[in-house]
Amino acid sequence: MILDEKYNKFRAKVRDFADQEVLARAFEIDSKDEFPWDLVKKMSELGLLALYVPEKYGGAGLDVLTYAIAVEEVGRVCGSTGIFLAAHSSLGVFPVYVAGNEEQKQQYLIPMARGEKIGSFGLTEPNAGSDAAGTQTTAKLDGDHYIVNGAKRFITSGSIADIIVFTATKDPTLGYSGISAFIIEKGTSGFSPGNEEDKLGLRGSITSELIFEDCRIPKRNLLGKEGEGFRVFMETLDGGRISIGALALGIAQGALDVSARFVKDVTMTGKPLHKNQWIQSRIADMATEIEAARLLIYQAAQLKDNEQPYSREAAMAKYYASRIGMQACRTAIDIHGMLGLTKQYPVERFMRDEKLMEIGEGTSEVQKIVIARQVLGK
Amino acid sequence: MNFDLTNDQKMLQDQVRKFALAELAPVAAEIDKSGDFPWKNLKKMAELGLLGIIVPEEYGGAGFDFVSLAIAVEEISRVCASTGVIVAVNNTLASYPIMTFGNEEQKKKYLPLLASGEKIGAFGITEPNAGSDVAGIESTARLEGDHYILNGCKRFITNGGEAGIFVVFAYTNKDLKHKGISAFIVERDWPGFSLGKHEDLMGIRATANCELIFEDVKVPKENLLGNECDGFKICMNTLDASRIDIGAQAVGIAQGALDETVKYSKERKAFSQPICEFQMVQNMFAEMASKIQAARMLVYYAAFLKDKGIKRVSKEAAMAKYYASDITVEVTRMAVQIHGGYGYTKDYPVERMYRDAKILELYEGTSEVQKLVIARDLTK
Repeated sequence: MILDEKYNKFRAKVRDFADQEVLARAFEIDSKDEFPWDLVKKMSELGLLALYVPEKYGGAGLDVLTYAIAVEEVGRVCGSTGIFLAAHSSLGVFPVYVAGNEEQKQQYLIPMARGEKIGSFGLTEPNAGSDAAGTQTTAKLDGDHYIVNGAKRFITSGSIADIIVFTATKDPTLGYSGISAFIIEKGTSGFSPGNEEDKLGLRGSITSELIFEDCRIPKRNLLGKEGEGFRVFMETLDGGRISIGALALGIAQGALDVSARFVKDVTMTGKPLHKNQWIQSRIADMATEIEAARLLIYQAAQLKDNEQPYSREAAMAKYYASRIGMQACRTAIDIHGMLGLTKQYPVERFMRDEKLMEIGEGTSEVQKIVIARQVLGK
Repeated sequence: MNFDLTNDQKMLQDQVRKFALAELAPVAAEIDKSGDFPWKNLKKMAELGLLGIIVPEEYGGAGFDFVSLAIAVEEISRVCASTGVIVAVNNTLASYPIMTFGNEEQKKKYLPLLASGEKIGAFGITEPNAGSDVAGIESTARLEGDHYILNGCKRFITNGGEAGIFVVFAYTNKDLKHKGISAFIVERDWPGFSLGKHEDLMGIRATANCELIFEDVKVPKENLLGNECDGFKICMNTLDASRIDIGAQAVGIAQGALDETVKYSKERKAFSQPICEFQMVQNMFAEMASKIQAARMLVYYAAFLKDKGIKRVSKEAAMAKYYASDITVEVTRMAVQIHGGYGYTKDYPVERMYRDAKILELYEGTSEVQKLVIARDLTK
C-alpha cells in the first residue's frame, strides 16, 4: 500500500522517539510495574496524545491513520506505553470530542488533548463486560445533580485519570436505552479508584476499579443526551478498535523485528539461523500476516477519516491483528529458544502484552459477531 | 487393544489427584510469584513415592511403569506445572539414566537418594552455546589418575539450583565428534562446582532453573555413567523417555486450564445466561477437549511402548511431546480468552497456566527437534 509521504515522515518521527526514548524504558516499565509518567509527558510534548483532534481543541489536527501509525510505532517497543496512548486518545478524548457540547470541549477536551490531563473510559463493570448494555451503575436525577452508584472494573488508567467518561443507567431493567454517558473529574466526592489489577502483561499500564457511592455530579456533566449513552460508547469502541488493532500490530512488528535481528546474529552448527528453512518459513508467515493486518487497520482508519461506515472494517482489523499478533509473539519465542523465555529478550513480554489485544475493547468473539452481522446485513 | 488403566494405575491417579488438589493447588500461585523451589510439596510427594515412581522398589522407588509416571505427572501438572516438571525431571532425567546405564554401585548409591527426595536430581546437557545442537557442547572431562577433571558450564538446568545429584555430559574425546561425549554422575558439594545465574523465566518459575559451573571438578572414575563415549547415546535414550512425561506435563497443564475454564463458564453470566451456553464458547471447549484427549493418547501410547520394552520409542515420544506442547499453548490461550478480563489478572490461575505452557515447546528438545526426529524416522 503506497501511503502519502507525510505518513512516512510522521512514522519516522515517532519511530525515532520510540527507539530513542521508549525502548530503553520498556523493560523497567514492565518489570517494576512502573507507569511511564515521563513518556506521557514526552508524548504530550510531541503532540501525540490527540492526533486526530482539530487544533482548536488542542489536538494536532491530523487524522485517524496518523494516530494508528503512532500507536503502532510506540507499541512496537512498549505495549504498556502503547495502551496508555490508545486509551487516552480513543477512550478519554474521543467521547468528549464526538458527543460533548462546546462548554465540555473547552473544559475537558482541550486539557486532555494537550496532555495536561489524563483521560479514561469507565464502561466495563464486574458483571458487564461483553454485555456492555448490562450496565448496573445507576444515575438518578435529583434536582441539578445526578446521584451515581456503582462500580467499574478493568478501567485503563482508571485510578490516575483526571477526567473519566463513564456510563450509567437510570434503570437497569431498561437495557441499552436507559444508559447515559457522563463526565467526572478525579477527586469528586463519592468517587474513588478501587483496586489496581495485577496483570499478566501491560504491567506498566494501570488498570483499576472505579467506585461511585452516592456520588453527586452536576447535570451539565451529562455527555450527549439522556439515554444516548449506548450510542456514544459504541461509536467510541468502533474507533478504539482501530487503535487496539494498531497496538496489536505494533507488538507483532516488534516481535518480527527482534526475531529478524536474532536470526541474523546467531549461528547454530556453524550456520546462521536465518539460512534454516524452518526459520524462513516462520519469518515468512509472520511478515505476511503482519502486512495483512496492517492493510486492514489502515483501511478502517481511512474509512473513518473519510466519514464512511467503518464498524465492520474496524472489527476485522482488531480481530485479525490480535489473532496474528498472538501467533507472531509465540513464534518469536520459538525463534529465540529458551533465551526467549528469559528477561534478556523482550519476546516473553510481547507474548504477555499481546494477549490483552484479543480481550480489551471488545473480545475477538464480540468482533466476530459484529463482523458477521455486518456481512449478513443483520 | 485395551484402553483401560489397570487398577493400580487408577488408584494412583485417584490418589495423586486428591493430593494435588488438597496440597499443591493452594500454594501454586504463591510459588509462581516467589519463584521459591517447593521443598514442602516435594517432601509430601516423597512420602507418597512420587519422586521415584519408576525407580525399582529394590532401590527405594515405587517400581511403577511409564504409564503410571505419565498419569502422576499429568495430575500434578493440572494444578502446578512447576511441581510437575520437578517430579518429571527427578524421575526421567536423573533416575532413569542411572537405572538404565548405571552399574550396581551407582544404582545403590544414588537411586535411593533420588527416590526418597533426600536429593533432587538434574540433567546437565544444555550449555550457553549449545541447545538443540547437543554435539556442540564444550564441557570437557579429562582422565587424570583416579578422577576425571570436569570443566564447563551448563545453562537452563531445571532443578539446577537445588539439585544434589547431576547427570552431566562432557567431551572425553573431541576427535570423535558427538561420539566423544561421556556421561557422569556429579554431586553438588564437590569442590569446583558452583551455581551461576538463576533464570527469571516467564513461566514454571519455581523450578530453580539455573546455570551450573564446573571448574576443575574432580569426578571419581567410579562416577562415569556407562562407558566412555556412551554419553550421546545415553542422552538421546534418556530424552526419548523424558519426552513422554513432558508430554504428560503438557496434557496436565491443558487439562487444568480446561477444568478451570469450564467451572468459570458455568458461573459467569453475560446477556443473562451462563457463558458456557454460547456457541462460540462451546466451539472452543470442544476443540480444547478433543486436542487434550488426542495428546493424552499419544503420551499413553509412547509410555505403553516403553513399558512393553520396545527399544526405540523416539518417534512416538517425539510425537507425544510435540503435539501435546503445541495444543497446550493453544488451549491455555483459549482458557484466558474465555475468562475475559478476569483471565488476564492474577486473581485466576489461567494466566499462570498460559505462561507455564510456552516452555513445553522448547525444553527437552524444541518442537523443531521433535519434528526432525519424526521426519527422519519416516524417511529412513
